[in-house]
Amino acid sequence: MFGKIKSYFFKACVATGEYVVAIADVCNATIKRPPKWRLLREQFFNIGVLSFFVVTITGLSTGIVLAAQSFYQLSDKGLASLTGLMVAKAMIAELGPVLTAFMVTGRVGSAMCAEIGTMKVTEQIDALKSMAVNPNSYLMAPRFIAGITMMPILTIYSTIMGIFGGYIISCHFFGMASSDYFYPMPQHITMFDVHTCLIKAALFSVIFITVCCYKGFNAKGGAAGVGKATTESVVISYICILIADFLLTIALNSIYQEILFDRR
Amino acid sequence: MIKIVDLWKTYGSNEVLKGITLTINKGEILVILGKSGVGKSVLLKHIMGLELPDKGDVEIEGVKIFGLEKPELYQVQKNMGMLFQGAALFDSMDIGTNTAFYLENHHNPKTHKSFSSQEIQKRVTNALNMVGLKDVAHKMPSELSGGMKKRAALARLIVYRPSILLYDEPTTGLDPLTAQQINELILATQKELNGTSVIVTHDIHSAMYLADRIALCDEGQIKHIAKPMDFLKIDHPMINFLKKSAFLQGEKRCQQ
Repeated sequence: MFGKIKSYFFKACVATGEYVVAIADVCNATIKRPPKWRLLREQFFNIGVLSFFVVTITGLSTGIVLAAQSFYQLSDKGLASLTGLMVAKAMIAELGPVLTAFMVTGRVGSAMCAEIGTMKVTEQIDALKSMAVNPNSYLMAPRFIAGITMMPILTIYSTIMGIFGGYIISCHFFGMASSDYFYPMPQHITMFDVHTCLIKAALFSVIFITVCCYKGFNAKGGAAGVGKATTESVVISYICILIADFLLTIALNSIYQEILFDRR
Repeated sequence: MIKIVDLWKTYGSNEVLKGITLTINKGEILVILGKSGVGKSVLLKHIMGLELPDKGDVEIEGVKIFGLEKPELYQVQKNMGMLFQGAALFDSMDIGTNTAFYLENHHNPKTHKSFSSQEIQKRVTNALNMVGLKDVAHKMPSELSGGMKKRAALARLIVYRPSILLYDEPTTGLDPLTAQQINELILATQKELNGTSVIVTHDIHSAMYLADRIALCDEGQIKHIAKPMDFLKIDHPMINFLKKSAFLQGEKRCQQ
């Protein structure tokens, strides 16, 4: 029993070390020799443009459900006019970044892991290396750059869709006035909330892209191995995103409180 | 010249290479013969620098490749090419793009500039002509047969003219006619590039046809190495078995 735990711990340490080295290699390779525009364009299209549909659906449905729940809960206490603010705050600070990251991980991250994993088990990665091409630079760097660029855009879009979904249900189903829905937003939503949203989106993209690519590069054992690696990559990405979300929320809010305190 | 010195490799509890020492002379074709799972492909990957050994070293033209930084290793690898067992064509690209891959990702060593599109086109056409695949440049790897994939992978090597060529079971899984076509192509490539070739196989016919020397790999070691006709005279259970299966079977059938 103890031996097994020791073995798992050792494997986890090795995997973490390899993961950190892979990220360092990608950063190094990207700075020294940026990926070709053709490769970047493919990934911008794949991660960004092709994700718009799922992100639209996710944002809209989350906003609609959130607005409905908020309206029912708040109207009892005579606070129905805060529905819009509730939806906007939740979408900007939490649900927008997290749910967008989840959806894009499911759509793009799993495909990335499966593609790279298949290349690994069919020796295509070895073929790249044998032609003196760094696989981290050729395969991972374009995805990394495209992910960091597109995820904040997708998150902002998803958040806007969420607020819009909330508006539809609040104003056209529950009969709230549009002004009541939107009025509290500029007063209570600060640039800090927007920055939090963007920082989370960028960090979540780093997490899911590096985890999924890393798992792909380490896939072994044929089709079954690729399937296993893909499942693991998505599960690990989700867990890491949730942990990072908690830590970021605490850290960013602490920093913000410090700044506010200093200003006073 | 390729020099392999006391190479050891273990995967988990499985000792695959157990102190292999071997020298491959410049311009020769060395065939490494052996059963499946004795470490032939692993040895080839070590020569290419794709795997790190537990112990030992590989010298390519006097340069020890293990311990080199990535950019230096890439410089060594630019003079080497490997034909993989399953061809390892990039399945997201058509055959033309696969063949042009090296040229599109590296500079011309003479001019230190990117290869021009005309140069790339010319070299790709020549390479595909050489392997008899000039009409399939627009096809995807999934649309080709096993033999055609191997030929396309060979074209991908020929196009950048490496001086060291490594072949991992080039004729495995092919019918005898296609296998012979691949053998002819390997000889033609050797003649064209005037390089050093290492071929890993368990096909005695190909070994006898191609080799300047044949090495027998068994239990993670090189047991014997000799010129083809001398190789057949060696008294080793595996060589005896191969001789029987290759020649006597054919003879018996002819007599019948």
